[in-house]
Amino acid sequence: MSTLVESISAISLLLGALFCCVGGIGLMRMPDFYTRMHAASITETLGVGLTLLGLLLLAGWTLVAVKLLMVGALVFFVSPTASHALARAAMTCRLKPVLADVGETTSKP
Amino acid sequence: MARQFSFLLSLIAFWLLLSGMFTPFLIAAGIGSAIVIVLLSRRMDLADHEGHPVHLAWVAVLSYWPWLFKEIIKSAWDVTRRVLHPALPISPVLVEFRPTQTTDVGLVIHANSITLTPGTISVEVEPDRFLVHALTREAGAGLTGSEMDRRCTALEGN
Repeated sequence: MSTLVESISAISLLLGALFCCVGGIGLMRMPDFYTRMHAASITETLGVGLTLLGLLLLAGWTLVAVKLLMVGALVFFVSPTASHALARAAMTCRLKPVLADVGETTSKP
Repeated sequence: MARQFSFLLSLIAFWLLLSGMFTPFLIAAGIGSAIVIVLLSRRMDLADHEGHPVHLAWVAVLSYWPWLFKEIIKSAWDVTRRVLHPALPISPVLVEFRPTQTTDVGLVIHANSITLTPGTISVEVEPDRFLVHALTREAGAGLTGSEMDRRCTALEGN
């Protein structure tokens, strides 16, 4: 039983780390400020979420688990607020976003 | 008054969960601090329907969050594939639309949900106008009259 929980936790931590890396790669590859924020939001949702899930499974039913949930709730409420403040500040400073041309079609990944 | 009482209870619970030590002195100190904070927030008029929106807490946690988590995972996976794709298939757009929420809390929940979902960021939030930056044209086109909009409005009604 505990081996099962530990392996699920390990997979979850590994996936969380992977999504943090994806966020970092996206941060390097994206063309401008606004699109980079989209890449960073992978890190702050799936990266943080899966890492916390992995740690929660390791913690079990303890006060540490409750604290991890509180960290999760904090990120869940604060990260969109901070992202919004950043984007709004950039827009107020008249930083023009790179936009797609009207006729251009998106290729499906 | 009921709202302030629930605020007091959540503060005491917060103290107890963070401290994890249940000696009489620490419990009394926690209750004392919670009472002082409730009195202060009462003077500052903070524990109102915005600061402590307990009236929609249970509906939000039970029905809205699971749906939002599912949406977050779906769109995070989509953005992940685009980031790792060699051709970087993005088509960033700015979308302006009119949300159907009427209260401040409803608008904030909608705007935060948009930002929390990877691929869309709310840039400007006003009662009758949202300006959203979307990573792809598809994500931008799905915003007006979306299910998220409908669900946030439904959340308000409770």
